[in-house]
Amino acid sequence: MQNRRDFLNLLCRGTLLTGLAAASGVLVYRSVKGGQCKLGTSCNNCQKSDSCNLPEADLFRQTVWQLDPKKCIQCGRCAENCVMTPSAVKATHVYAMCGYCDLCGGYLKPDTKTISTAAENQLCPTSAIKRKFVEDPFYQYTIDEALCIGCAKCVKGCSAFGNGSLQLQVRHDRCKNCNQCSIARNCPSEAFSRVPANKPYLLQGIESKDENRG
Amino acid sequence: MKKALALVLLVFLFAVQVMNSYGIQRFPKPEFESGYVQPETLMPDPRAEVLAIMDIAVLLVSLSVVSWLVLKKRSRNGVFWMSLFSLAYFGFYREGCVCAIGSIQNVTLALFDTSYIIPLSALIFFVTPLVYTLFFGRTFCAGVCPFGAMQDLVAFRPQKLGSKLNAVLGVIPYLYLGLAVLYAATGTDFIICRYDPFVGIWRLNASFGMFVFAGILLILGIFIARPYCRFLCPYGVLLNWSSRFSRRHLTITPSDCIQCRLCENSCPYDAIDIPVTVKNPEDKRTMARKLIFIIILIPVLIFAGGWTGSRLYESLAGVNAKVQLAKQIVSPPKDSNQPETFEIQAFKSSGKQQSLAFAEASAMLGKFYLGGWLLGGFMGLVFGGLIAGLMITKHHTDYIPNKGTCFSCARCIDYCPVKMP
Ligand code: SF4
Ligand code: SF4
Ligand code: SF4
Ligand code: SF4
Repeated sequence: MQNRRDFLNLLCRGTLLTGLAAASGVLVYRSVKGGQCKLGTSCNNCQKSDSCNLPEADLFRQTVWQLDPKKCIQCGRCAENCVMTPSAVKATHVYAMCGYCDLCGGYLKPDTKTISTAAENQLCPTSAIKRKFVEDPFYQYTIDEALCIGCAKCVKGCSAFGNGSLQLQVRHDRCKNCNQCSIARNCPSEAFSRVPANKPYLLQGIESKDENRG
Repeated sequence: MKKALALVLLVFLFAVQVMNSYGIQRFPKPEFESGYVQPETLMPDPRAEVLAIMDIAVLLVSLSVVSWLVLKKRSRNGVFWMSLFSLAYFGFYREGCVCAIGSIQNVTLALFDTSYIIPLSALIFFVTPLVYTLFFGRTFCAGVCPFGAMQDLVAFRPQKLGSKLNAVLGVIPYLYLGLAVLYAATGTDFIICRYDPFVGIWRLNASFGMFVFAGILLILGIFIARPYCRFLCPYGVLLNWSSRFSRRHLTITPSDCIQCRLCENSCPYDAIDIPVTVKNPEDKRTMARKLIFIIILIPVLIFAGGWTGSRLYESLAGVNAKVQLAKQIVSPPKDSNQPETFEIQAFKSSGKQQSLAFAEASAMLGKFYLGGWLLGGFMGLVFGGLIAGLMITKHHTDYIPNKGTCFSCARCIDYCPVKMP
């Protein structure tokens, strides 16, 4: 009786172990096979994989959440749905795209009569955008991240009337990298996706972080 | 037909109109004369990838240490300190992510969606606790899982619930597991992460709802020890079944049980099976009759459950984004003054064909129909198992921990007067 019990136990344990091994085998195989470029080398052995730009090289890596500014419709839910208060999503300024306009569509409300830095003229509800005179007729705009709540109002203004240099991004010094981003499931435009952790930003006008580093 | 065509045309025109405006350099790049240097756009790095390897190492070491403490050292104190460490590391330092419970969903998604490549750490967090449990019992729950550690700390006045109530409430985790797998497999949502009770406390930033949920669990947990573990945790289902077939398992007594009954009330989780001495042993006839009843009952329940599940598939699919979008396209708000929903706006600006959105939604509905059958059938099986378990009494003479539900917390060990031979 005791022997039969033990044998059954062993059998079940064996089955479960085999199942686990098979499932993880499939998943590991997929990531290794997936991580192969056209040259036929496996990414895990490739010494250039850190700077590789093929999507294949992204496999088998840690991923982080990022939103694609091209898809974003500036709905404002990024401000409300992040597990962090204030949101880990912030407006990010791509200076390289900016026109340094006096009449900034991201800074001023569209119907303001006078260009002034008065709070009631500013689009940003928390006055997180700082305006600084550079030289005639250019102004530099900087986001104060401690104040920005990720509401996308400035981003909307800038993409409608300006160059689109203000873009929302998940800021990885604040993001908790939740297993499932709670903004992602509420984003109406499916702008969020898991991106490889070595290329964690999807800014327009800046190819990738590596490039930026020069 | 004409109407439909006109509609498609309209949508198309609108889509072109509101197409994304990025990449339009409306204002030229300024040429500065004052020697102004453009600041760099700051892009802070995420957490370094090597730290994920550290998480894995800590997991393996603490699993090994706790298993050793439970099986070899038989030390409740040791287990307690390990659980505090795990609460600090996996709970407050790692803020509950990555966790074994949630990794069920990563594994499911990776199995069903080949384009999703699972991070290695999520896979390892799923597999290793199960493997350890298959060999040593639920030592993961005893001192590694931060959820368990958190609830273990507040279990001051545990009450007995009785085996029937325990068994009935114990069905909830199966439903939770089934739903989590269904929603992860369809790429809809990670509900385990969504309704995670403690992660908000660990990152010191909880939404109100999460805060209330955690509060309820912790206050309830004073009287009903580890309520999340026993009556919600979906990973607990997998651990429970692994532990039943474990090679070794915690024993209350180091050698032979002397029936002193001292440990009878020591378990806060009702996980000690007390001896069942039968007054009038059932004859072969009634046993056979019970068996036949169960053998007939289970397939009937599976089918009934599956049928019920398949009736519910539309409500199950209602939370899926693709299905919701299609619904909103088909039935726009009656009041035309009402602004368009963000979903419709986004759909239009994406320039996606309506037919594609419909095709995706109906494919999704198909998946949920099948999923409804499977989930329902699974729940039927679980109910069948519950009934069978309540009908059949297993006979044994000693006080033994129930291999399935025992968390290997090692409390009972201290109550046994028998010492190592
Ligand atoms: S939720 Fe999506 S669409 Fe809305 S602001 Fe955020 S990224 Fe943009
Ligand atoms: S992953 Fe979490 S912390 Fe990061 S943006 Fe999404 S919800 Fe916020
Ligand atoms: S039952 Fe679940 S929540 Fe409880 S300790 Fe085990 S894995 Fe953690
Ligand atoms: S080790 Fe003993 S006290 Fe702890 S859960 Fe198991 S049976 Fe209960």
